[in-house]
Amino acid sequence: MKHSTRLITGVGALAVTALALAGCSSGGSSTDSTDSASGDLTPVTLQLQWFSQAQFAGYYAAVDQGFYEKEGLDVTILEGAADIVPIDVLTGGDADFAISWVPKVLGSIEQGAAVTDIAQIFERSGTTQISMKDAGITSTADLKGKTVGSWGYGNEWELFAGMGKAGVNLSDISLVSQAFDMNGFLAGDIQAAQAMTYNEYAQVLETINPATGELYTPDDLNVIDWNDEGTAMLQDAIWADSDRLASDSAYADTAVKFIKASIEGWAYARDNPEEAAKIVTASGSQLGESHQLWMTNEVNKLIWPSTSGVGTINQDQWDQTVKIAMDTPNETGSTVITSEPPATAFSNEYVEKALAELKDEGVDVMGTDYKPITVTLKEGGN
Amino acid sequence: MSRGSEKGAPRGNQTLRRIAFGAAGIVLLVVLWELYKALGPASGVVVGDLTILPRTTDLAMPHVWDMVGRLFENSGGGRNAAPVWVDVLQASVFTLGVAAVGWVVGVVVGMLLAVLMQRFRTAESAVLPWIILSQTVPLIAIAPLVRRWGSQLEFGDFTWENWMSVAVIASYLAFFPVSIGALRGLNSPDTIHVELFRSYGVGWWRTLFTLRLPASVPYLLPALRLAAANAVIGTVVAEVSIGLRGGLGRMIIEFAQQASGDPAKTWAPIFGAIAVGLVAAGFIALLGVLLRRYRRGEVPA
Repeated sequence: MKHSTRLITGVGALAVTALALAGCSSGGSSTDSTDSASGDLTPVTLQLQWFSQAQFAGYYAAVDQGFYEKEGLDVTILEGAADIVPIDVLTGGDADFAISWVPKVLGSIEQGAAVTDIAQIFERSGTTQISMKDAGITSTADLKGKTVGSWGYGNEWELFAGMGKAGVNLSDISLVSQAFDMNGFLAGDIQAAQAMTYNEYAQVLETINPATGELYTPDDLNVIDWNDEGTAMLQDAIWADSDRLASDSAYADTAVKFIKASIEGWAYARDNPEEAAKIVTASGSQLGESHQLWMTNEVNKLIWPSTSGVGTINQDQWDQTVKIAMDTPNETGSTVITSEPPATAFSNEYVEKALAELKDEGVDVMGTDYKPITVTLKEGGN
Repeated sequence: MSRGSEKGAPRGNQTLRRIAFGAAGIVLLVVLWELYKALGPASGVVVGDLTILPRTTDLAMPHVWDMVGRLFENSGGGRNAAPVWVDVLQASVFTLGVAAVGWVVGVVVGMLLAVLMQRFRTAESAVLPWIILSQTVPLIAIAPLVRRWGSQLEFGDFTWENWMSVAVIASYLAFFPVSIGALRGLNSPDTIHVELFRSYGVGWWRTLFTLRLPASVPYLLPALRLAAANAVIGTVVAEVSIGLRGGLGRMIIEFAQQASGDPAKTWAPIFGAIAVGLVAAGFIALLGVLLRRYRRGEVPA
């Protein structure tokens, strides 16, 4: 008896500790949802592909500005992480929509994931290969004989396709695996480093050039832009569950509303980049202030001006992405996919409805007159 | 038994000396770091194509005072820019809390498994290989799975939160040394003692509580210390893996992304991780003091 009482006390103490800790931490681990979780709103979860940052400014702006709520949606944004695959979360039923790059998803689709690209938010690719001016790499052909960095994990295809186009074989370069930061590039270990216009490129410009004592400037760098080289692949897109789209008409309606409000969020980020950057920072991003604004501005450039209305999947760009995914071998000789993706891999049906409604409401979904702002980066992005 | 009386008088001095040695260790590390930074080649020590010692640039090895100084400057988060050390402290407390939950769960599970294996020889043969196998599964493989399984759990008002997934992963690393150490400890009483209990007709439970558990303490304490270290590491790695907000793991990644422009800042969460590890080790030391009655002939793990 004595022991069992002690045991119960012990278990009780443990339970109290666990509860206390749960109470402490629930504040920190909450996800970003709209404050008003009223019963009339349809709950929707969106899985991002990385931590909260201005790459996703439009979605955060749509939450903050109440665009989702206006459409009757209560949107919860789930952040990504190192080992989270957005499409797995989507097909696992833990998210209603997911943001991911098209080439990364094409591989999943071939392996059986039933998902559909319902809105191609980024029309242009943000991936570049940058090098210091003195390395003399002004074109893809110049990569021959150089150390070339790549993050791998599906970030390398535009580079490989560009090299193939320029007649540079993989054996001609020394391919280096690149880390999160640009230290390898700045130390000279990597002569041509992979850099997103909205992130790593800015990281270099936020660093003091030891030769001048000032920050590096765009004049110090050569940039190979895959959009110009003709090997760009489609990046951030909104993905939905194909089976649910086909069988669940309520889900299909939600998809249209979700796209509509998201595009409205992106239009807000275009017209108010400063506010959009602040909204993202308020959502918990640790990025410095000037870096966040830079990212908002650069991401806007990937969206605006839009060729056929934001979110529309342009057939020529889709075909180019699929062709590169099928024809470009990596260092082990494999390609992203071996055959054409099924017809369900993308659909303009939902985005067209959303765009029509937005146009009726007078929202500019083309951004023909879009002019990027000028962002001055500070040291360390602060 | 005479140990206490022998060392009673100079104990105060000894404590001072231990503190002095501890501080000297830190100073030595700082001196080594700065000395290598000042004298080492800027491009690092390279043998063949292999760099065996790092570069000495400010980018690769910031000055110690820069790293410490950066702690007291603003983090540059814009909104409510607090000094970096405040952010790091908050993240450390969060990580410590999750690690503590993971440690408690790991210790409970580890002890239960050890008792089960001690009681039934069949259980030992059946379970022990799996316990060892469990530690060969890479953390990054199970982390997203745990998160996804967890998010499908829901009963009543209880919803699974991401931090619980992290705690589960921490406990997954923490239970292993406990189960192995406790099993050895539970089997450690001399046969003669066990037989004495048996000849008095004492039941298995009573033997467990009055003989085996006290005897296991010297084996258990090092195991608990290992479990605490594993729980902290497991928490930080799992935070990176599933992107849990609020802890050190994610802070390490987020600051590392700014490593090029702000190299000193990268080290701030690493200091936090060290602090968390020290607190965890201190807690086990405290536990050791509470259990000092049973600490005879302690063996290193």
